[in-house]
Amino acid sequence: MATIPVEAGFIVAGLLFLTGLVGVLVRRNIIYILLAIEIMLNAAGLAFVVAGAHWQQPDGQVMYFFVLTMAAAEVAVGLSLVLQMYHKFNTLDANLINRMRG
Amino acid sequence: MTAIFYISAAVAVIATSLTITRANIVHSLLYFICSLLATGVMFFALGATFVAALVVIINAGAIMVLFVFVIMMLNVGPQSADQEKARLRPHVWIGPGLLSLLLLVELVYSLVRYDTGVTSGQTVGPQQVGTALFGPYLLAVELASMLLLAGLLGAYHLGQGVMKITGRKS
Repeated sequence: MATIPVEAGFIVAGLLFLTGLVGVLVRRNIIYILLAIEIMLNAAGLAFVVAGAHWQQPDGQVMYFFVLTMAAAEVAVGLSLVLQMYHKFNTLDANLINRMRG
Repeated sequence: MTAIFYISAAVAVIATSLTITRANIVHSLLYFICSLLATGVMFFALGATFVAALVVIINAGAIMVLFVFVIMMLNVGPQSADQEKARLRPHVWIGPGLLSLLLLVELVYSLVRYDTGVTSGQTVGPQQVGTALFGPYLLAVELASMLLLAGLLGAYHLGQGVMKITGRKS
């Protein structure tokens, strides 16, 4: 059976992580930033699963499970903070809410 | 079977780069869901069937629905019906739809052929993952449940204030 080289999986994970990083740096809409963080978490999980499949151990999939749990908790708190921010400042732009009251 | 991995990897990279470049958040979400499905097919091709199911059910199913809820909550009003009409036009869903169709073709093909090309020739099934989760990783599972509880309480506490503010407005 033809096999997939482990380097290919890591390259894909690296590309996805880089895309997410660019998204965090470029976009200023807070929902886009959360989405890009989600992309990066997913890419890190992909690297775990590729490594786990390479050594035929379940640990990679277990780590992906924990990454998923953390992503779920992070998104729940992050999105409720987005709702708070929208009701307080009426904007989703991350650049507009860093001003101090002075 | 290796071709399936590479095609879905290409779909994942394309869909993710389209995610961060779209101006409309709903287009981005559709592309990101497509990228998650591509990741699921990649896991399936790698022989990690348990997380392949998990990424579709939890990541593409539950977490993305949370994003959609928040986006729908942020623009309620008389103009939202027009926005809904605009979202049903084909140019919104044709890109993610085609990419997802490609993934479906791959999945059906691999199911008919029934072989999963793994990096080292063997799948790591759900049984092994479950044994590892509730054996050496038991404490970590407990900690994950505590983390989810903390997330739940945090979201509840933060959401309560929003509900009060919207109640005062209406």
